[in-house]
Amino acid sequence: MKHAIANLLRTRELAVALVLIAAVVLTALKSESFVFSADGWRNLLVTPSMLMILAVGQAAVIITRNVDLSVGSVLGLTAYMTGRIFIEAPGTPIIVVVLAAIGLGAVLGLVNGVVVAVAKVPALVITLGTLYIYRGVFLTWAGSDRINASDLPDDFLALGNKQIASVPVLSAVALLVLIAVGYYMYYSRGGREMYAIGSDPDAARLYGLPVTRRVISAFVLSGALAGLAGVVYAARYGTVSSGAGLGIELEAVGAAVIGGVAIFGGSGTVWGAAIGAALLVTINRALPVVGISDFWQRAVVGALILAAIVLDRVLALHRERRLSIERDTRSTA
Amino acid sequence: MSDPVPEPVLVLDGVHKSFGATAALTSGGITVEAGSIHALVGENGAGKSTMVKIVAGVHRRDGGVFRFQGEDVDFASTADAKAAGIAVIYQEPTLFPDLSVAENLFMGRQPYKSGRRIDRAAMYERAEMLFQRLGVRLDPRRLARGLSIADQQIIEIAKAISLDAALLVMDEPTAALSGVEVDRLFAVARGLRDEGRALVFISHRFEEIFALCDTVTVFRDGAYVATQPIAETNRGEIVAQMVGRDVEELFPKVPAPIGDTVLRVEDLNSTGAFHDVSFEVRAGEIVGIAGLVGAGRSEIARAVFGVDGYDSGSVHLNGRAVPMRDPRASIKAGMAFVPEDRRLQGLVTDGSIARNIASVIRRGLVKAGLLTSRAELRAADAWAARLQVKTHALDMPATTMSGGNQQKVVLAKWLSTEPSLLIVDEPTRGIDVGTKAEVHRLLSDLAGQGIAILMISSELAEVLGMADRVLVVSEGRITADIDREQATPEAVMRAATQLHHAEAGE
Repeated sequence: MKHAIANLLRTRELAVALVLIAAVVLTALKSESFVFSADGWRNLLVTPSMLMILAVGQAAVIITRNVDLSVGSVLGLTAYMTGRIFIEAPGTPIIVVVLAAIGLGAVLGLVNGVVVAVAKVPALVITLGTLYIYRGVFLTWAGSDRINASDLPDDFLALGNKQIASVPVLSAVALLVLIAVGYYMYYSRGGREMYAIGSDPDAARLYGLPVTRRVISAFVLSGALAGLAGVVYAARYGTVSSGAGLGIELEAVGAAVIGGVAIFGGSGTVWGAAIGAALLVTINRALPVVGISDFWQRAVVGALILAAIVLDRVLALHRERRLSIERDTRSTA
Repeated sequence: MSDPVPEPVLVLDGVHKSFGATAALTSGGITVEAGSIHALVGENGAGKSTMVKIVAGVHRRDGGVFRFQGEDVDFASTADAKAAGIAVIYQEPTLFPDLSVAENLFMGRQPYKSGRRIDRAAMYERAEMLFQRLGVRLDPRRLARGLSIADQQIIEIAKAISLDAALLVMDEPTAALSGVEVDRLFAVARGLRDEGRALVFISHRFEEIFALCDTVTVFRDGAYVATQPIAETNRGEIVAQMVGRDVEELFPKVPAPIGDTVLRVEDLNSTGAFHDVSFEVRAGEIVGIAGLVGAGRSEIARAVFGVDGYDSGSVHLNGRAVPMRDPRASIKAGMAFVPEDRRLQGLVTDGSIARNIASVIRRGLVKAGLLTSRAELRAADAWAARLQVKTHALDMPATTMSGGNQQKVVLAKWLSTEPSLLIVDEPTRGIDVGTKAEVHRLLSDLAGQGIAILMISSELAEVLGMADRVLVVSEGRITADIDREQATPEAVMRAATQLHHAEAGE
């Protein structure tokens, strides 16, 4: 029995999913409409989709033993560009706008990746720099201007609420992204090489893996997904002010860590990161419903991250001890 | 176009390579024929590993001939060398701990099933087959994290074999393997030879070289010395070629009066590192610890100083027991330890020189809880002057100094604690010849002042020139305790390559 629980906890994705389900159930017991109403159901699914998209990209970067702190600024910038395009060129097909946002995000991610891979400066520092630079570009471009819902075409805004067979469109988009990236990370050589690079960058170089190319790809992916998240932001909220996406990069990192992506790279899955994102967002929404104050909402998020890290550490120590005992018994046998 | 003599697989000639001011390889050369197992031998630091890394594409040579399968080559990366058909087993395993054993074997060339998806089942199956061929039992599904060194080495071997390369280079592959595993490896190596592949085998164990190889090339001081068929030479001749230089002149140790016992180590044991280690170091004496890389020399030093723990045994300094795993207590008791990699362990390279020198004695400099840069500078000045550290200003960062001066700063740092025992691990690694002599004179002076010195060195000449007594470590045990008069290169090398499999297997 004890063993079964330990094994369950070892698949972090499942453990976090269980916590998520428990949070939803407990909240639903307190307030039925949290789940069992048209709005409740939709919000439950739609609200996490933006952070999920970001967390998936972030997870890919963290798996290569890097981090992308610029995603919040990229999100803000692309959300603003989305609105700007609709104002400057009314009638632009939505798909073109989406592709433009993804493209801009990918370019900004490429800048991150190239600087990190070529300058050999820790990604933490580089992307902290681009966080401010991209935000600065955004502020200069937007000035005191903001995008309002009235600037956006109706069928674009409708995306924020539209459902197909009671699945909201934005949630479906997030799910598709998750499946595609999850598939890539698990089944492709490129994805596995990202794990290898994060697991031991020096060994990866010695082995002859294309380290530079893979690290740049991870950043491009993260940037592109932040661009997509920018479109989601605009569609969902309708208004884009200069504060759009402020601080959300830390939530994305937190979601990945909660979901079991090791901060030093090499392990974890984008699935875990996505479930972590859903948990973060849902808890934030559930706590007010059950009547917990603002302060405690923040503290709960912090506690989740700490709990995830402590759990990782405890499991790692446990595993190490087991392995060294195994080794000794083998060598004396 | 019939060529009676087939082109050798690998030809290197006059290859040289420097890292900064240090020449790792001055004139390396080797010619390896297809269908042969070629031994490459030489002392530690003779340039073998540097040459292996040039062949593997890790380093680029500065000059010289490098031909592979009849063509001039110049590999820019390990991927290039691999693509050309060169597989290398490095001295240290390079695995990805978070990935499965099978993924480690096939990274970058995993088998696909439809839709370019990695076929894990096929990968596990192939891994099983490889392990079967090597006669080992390893679960391809488990993570590489936590594997023993021997198992890691086996994975490296399996990886190299599965590459199906024309040339397989093995840099001390047997260091961590048991007798049975070595036999298996040799059987596989012979199989590859009979298929017409070329193999280069680096080892310090003469028994293995004579059992496996057909040709031997000797390196010394970064240069090619000789190549002979194994059948026409013997161990004595090879050792002579490896050492072959006048030892006494390089490192003169001034005789100092030998005093009382300062350090007494009794029956020290640490599972997996060293066994039954007992020795003494007396005041004014320099005791050298010789042995091959990985023999456990540094581990013993680290345990004595208290960086690492040990399972049983005791350490006494000046007659008082030194507690285990407590470097602070060791420093207080009068020990100083200059570790092997001064950049990693001994020197805060980004800190100023003065801060580095003063860091150990900070406690003594602190006034009212504050440490002023002035106090640091004042304390550092005296020691820097005494050791002739050449630097423009003591408040410069330590990275700006040469290797030799860095080493002096590390020494100054420790000498400022006024120790009765100084442990130095590889005191002159990566230091140019001129500064080397200065470091040696310094150590000699310190011994003259009555400090007991325990010196670990991979350079045979350094040990023989400096030490009053040489302890030879092989596979975690002291295999010889040789006085200065009796210490010849041959005697030390023989003890260093001595095997313990017979005793260990009981």
